[in-house]
Order: sequence, then C-alpha cells, then structure tokens
Amino acid sequence: MKKLLLLFTVFVSLSAFTPGTGYEVGSKASDFKLKNIDDKELSLADFKDAKGFIVVFTCNHCPYSKKYESRLVALDKKCKKKGYPVIAINPNDEVSHPEDSFEKMKERAKEKGFTFPYLRDETQTVAAAYGAAKTPHVYILQKSGTDYIVKYIGAIDDNSDNEKQVKEKYVENAVDNLLAGKDPEPSTTKAIGCSIKWKKP
Amino acid sequence: MLRFAFLVMIATALTADEKVQVVNLTQLRNAAEYKNNDTLYVVNFWATWCKPCVAEMPYFARAAEKFSAQKVKVVFVNLNSVKDKQAVEKFAATKNITQEMLLLNAGNPNGWIDSIDATWGGSIPATAMYKGGRKVFFYEGEFTQTELDSIIKINIE
Repeated sequence: MKKLLLLFTVFVSLSAFTPGTGYEVGSKASDFKLKNIDDKELSLADFKDAKGFIVVFTCNHCPYSKKYESRLVALDKKCKKKGYPVIAINPNDEVSHPEDSFEKMKERAKEKGFTFPYLRDETQTVAAAYGAAKTPHVYILQKSGTDYIVKYIGAIDDNSDNEKQVKEKYVENAVDNLLAGKDPEPSTTKAIGCSIKWKKP
Repeated sequence: MLRFAFLVMIATALTADEKVQVVNLTQLRNAAEYKNNDTLYVVNFWATWCKPCVAEMPYFARAAEKFSAQKVKVVFVNLNSVKDKQAVEKFAATKNITQEMLLLNAGNPNGWIDSIDATWGGSIPATAMYKGGRKVFFYEGEFTQTELDSIIKINIE
C-alpha cells in the first residue's frame, strides 16, 4: 500500500508538469493573433494567398534552434514562393530564459536576417494548444477553405549537427508532397531539442 | 624518472575513469537495457547545452552514492555531437561526475528515439531505467532529487 501511495505521489507530481497532448496529423489547427517583431499583430488569416504554413516553434537560446536559423531562412525563401511561408513562434518563458524576451527576439532576427515573421507567444497558449514540446518543433498546416489542417509534425530535417550531411529534408519534402496533392511521408518525425520553457505557476 | 613514470601511470589510470566513451545504439543498449541481471540501470540522456539536464545531473550522482549499497548503476548518455567529446569530458570533470559517461553517436534521431521509448518526443532531459533486461521506467522531463530517489526506490524494492 505504501508503495502504491508512493507511486501515485510520484505519478501525480510528474504529470503536473507534462503539457497537454495538442494536435495530431489531421487535426484542425486554430488561428492565433500574436505580436510580430515589427510590433504588429499577425494571424494566419492575414496571409490571403498562402496555401498553407510552416509553423515552427523555436527560440533564441536553444543551441538546436540556433543550428537551424540559417536553414529556416533558406526554407522560407524556397517555400514562400510555393505558398508555404515559415511562421516562427517563440513561446519560452523570459523569466527563466531572458535571452528569449521580445526585445532579444528582435535583435536575433535582425542579426540572422530572418525573412519570416517571428512571433511572441507571451501567454504560451498557442504552444499549449498545438502541443508543442520543444524547439525547434514544426507543424505544417494546409489551408482547406477557412480551416487549417495539420499535415506534418516534427523535425526540420534528419541532421541538426551538419547541414551538409542531411539526407532527409522532412519539411521541404512534406511541402512538395502537399503541393503534388499527396500526404507527407513521413507525416510525423522526432528530433532531439530543447524543451519549451513553460512559465512556473 | 621511474617515480615520474609511475605518477604518470596513476594519473592516466585516474583520468581514464572520467573518459567519455563514444557508442552507437547497440553499444548503448548493451550497456544497460540488455544487461540481464538484478542491477537497476538508471540511464539519463543529457547535453551540455541543456540547462535543466545540467541542473539535475548532481541528483543522479547523489542517488548513485545514496543507493550504492543496493544494485543501482547510473549511466549518463550525452547527446552533444561527437566533435564535442573533449568538451564533454572536461564538463563532466568540472562537475565531478564520476559515473559512466557515454556519448551517443547514432545519427538521425528518428532512427533511434523510438527504440528507447515510443512515447519519447525527443526533448531532454529524459531518463530510462532497466532491470533484468527490461525497461521498467521512462520519463521525458526533469526530476527533483526526491522524485528521482522515489522512483529508484520503487524499482529496487
């Protein structure tokens, strides 16, 4: 009994900081209104001509996110023309990670020449709704009428360490598949990343 | 001269313990998961750039000491890149981490994350425990010392 109680206590305390499950491939994603680094609020609905979006939860401080900054710029240049712009969202708590503050986001975007919006998810509600768990974490959405359908969730490619050794460009291939009227294959992948820094209650 | 050589030998022997061993997935699984004995293997995945990982490393080191009378073995698995090997060694030395330290060089995470645990989303820290050739626990996230100790206790009882 004692053992059971202990197990229960541990389980409860662990599950307390496990975020919700969020979207799966096929889920309908909800639009959002978040402040961009140009101080203007932005929504998916503002992109009238887009066929879909490469929504990426990322941040300033995480070394894995840093490894992908230039790759995100390249991806945006390539896929924006095809109707799939990159939308970057930083949901991290700036109290524990001051490097992820809105001001620092502006600096970083300028420094790295971001060609895409870099939005601040101040209340972390967007990341929570999507079920984003780490940075970088990609959700490809396809427009279907007024809906945004999740078509891919996961990593940008298969080699965070060395861009030259990338064999599988997951996101780029997924966009090409969607444009060809096919579902991405694979539609979900995993990657090592930094956990999203949730605000301490 | 002889004395010097002896000192060098001792020094080498001492530092050899702190060395980081680069392993592939099979070697990693052989080091813990596939050990069919009554030791509880506590495998912690971390990287030098991961702040919560670094914060909880002393908890694992302390647990290893606390449970040294029982059969508990802590194995750290570093997920930095292979080219960071020396930096990882230095890091472990400055943090006084004396437990086994492996550096996993397994390529595309999608090729191996699921084989550690299908529920693992890929963020670190993450911890797996094995006993008798079976996985008895997996958790993606950070621990407090109390939580870690309780889970170890449950699994050695």
